[in-house]
Amino acid sequence: MGDELELKELLESIRFVYGYDFTEYAAASVKRRIDHFMITNKFNSLKTLGKTLLKEDGFFEQFIQEITVNVTEMFRDPPFYKSLRENIMGRLATYPFIKIWIAGASTGEEVYSLAIFLREKGLLERSVIYATDINQKALQTAREGIYPIRNMKAYTENYIKAGGQHSLSDYYVAKYDSVLLDRSLRQNIVFAAHNLAADRSFNEFQLISCRNVLIYFNQDLQNKVIDLFYESLCPLGILALGNKESLLFSDRKGKFEMLDRKEKIFIKTD
Amino acid sequence: MQYEAVVIGVSAGGLAALSGILKELPVDFALPVIIIQHRSREERTLLEEVMQAKCRIRIKQADEKERIERSVVYFAPADYHLLIEKDRSFSLSRDMPVNFSRPSVDVLFMAASEVYGDRLIAMILTGAGKDGAEGVRAVRQRGGLTVAQDPEDAFFPDMPRAAIETGCVQYILKPTELKNLLLNIGGK
Ligand SMILES: C[S@@+](CC[C@H](N)C(=O)[O-])C[C@H]1O[C@@H](n2cnc3c(N)ncnc32)[C@H](O)[C@@H]1O
Repeated sequence: MGDELELKELLESIRFVYGYDFTEYAAASVKRRIDHFMITNKFNSLKTLGKTLLKEDGFFEQFIQEITVNVTEMFRDPPFYKSLRENIMGRLATYPFIKIWIAGASTGEEVYSLAIFLREKGLLERSVIYATDINQKALQTAREGIYPIRNMKAYTENYIKAGGQHSLSDYYVAKYDSVLLDRSLRQNIVFAAHNLAADRSFNEFQLISCRNVLIYFNQDLQNKVIDLFYESLCPLGILALGNKESLLFSDRKGKFEMLDRKEKIFIKTD
Repeated sequence: MQYEAVVIGVSAGGLAALSGILKELPVDFALPVIIIQHRSREERTLLEEVMQAKCRIRIKQADEKERIERSVVYFAPADYHLLIEKDRSFSLSRDMPVNFSRPSVDVLFMAASEVYGDRLIAMILTGAGKDGAEGVRAVRQRGGLTVAQDPEDAFFPDMPRAAIETGCVQYILKPTELKNLLLNIGGK
């Protein structure tokens, strides 16, 4: 549907008009999302999609929701959370005050997962978690902390596999077909919009987690974002990526050392 | 016709079917072979290890941004969709499952057909469900070569049958014929 050049033009004009830059995203995934969007909204060419996007404000909001991949889970990849719990939390505990950045937090499941483990380790009270995303609607869901009850069975299994010490249901109340996560988890979380492709560093952190976000970027943007993380970490700060995101193919390899090869947890070296 | 890549979609019953084919491929097979084998979400690299033990050709899991090389068999990692970029490198995505599957055959085949067009060979082997049927349609529409394992011979006939029902499968083959086709095209 539509060729490469047309797609490029569309992304360029979106960047120009709305300031959202998708030109450095991995093209295959963007293309797939746009094709999907065109089918559900009955557009038969990129041109007509482009016209509508540039004319109708509200429509663009809808498009943005669709073009980014927001799929997430609580305790996604349990072995990662297990490693975080067993190998990383001890390091965090040595700081009097712990600042954490979750970049690409989507609808927040990951943020609450981390908050739960921090609480179980007695660290939540002296932590602040900055949870950011480009997608405002996803952030709003994250703030509310309300999730479909049908997902909780899978999340509970993840939580147990990750080494959770209580019952996940201790952290939420169920109502109709939703659950509401424990409000007190949220006290030390700041939700905010931040665009990794455009915005700058805003603090210094002991831990940055950016999982399943970089896979959607091309190499150049990946490198830029890794630099941004490097700048935003304290000496010996920890960087956690998704389990298929290594710094292997990035040119910034020398700036980090592996802490956990399998779970893609790195430490800033100098 | 100068083919550039082979993509294979396979699900239940795949291990035996695949190893029967892959173990015949020479180390210098002329094309890359990119495979979606449905696998448990939590499995990390067992499939690649088991397969490598049986085969001469190099087997590996597709890595993010990795350049696609000939003479290598790539498997999609568990719980990720596998996509192909115009510059012949891999992209991964954790978007929603398609046909209850992540990785999904449809997702790979559609992306591959956009990149390779008529220089692509797509095969559907044994499996339950219908993942791959839409993918085969896309490959065929762009002039690629489409093949399905004969459902009569497949451990699980549904997946090849669904592909065949699209009317877009050109050849319906027995396992030895599948192997011979690959050897004829890329075996030298
Ligand atoms: C697949 S989700 C990852 C959620 C969670 N980290 C996980 O691993 O499950 C990817 C998120 O990255 C966000 N994202 C995409 N581009 C971004 C950008 N330029 N800046 C910040 N966030 C971005 C998307 O909106 C989406 O919520």
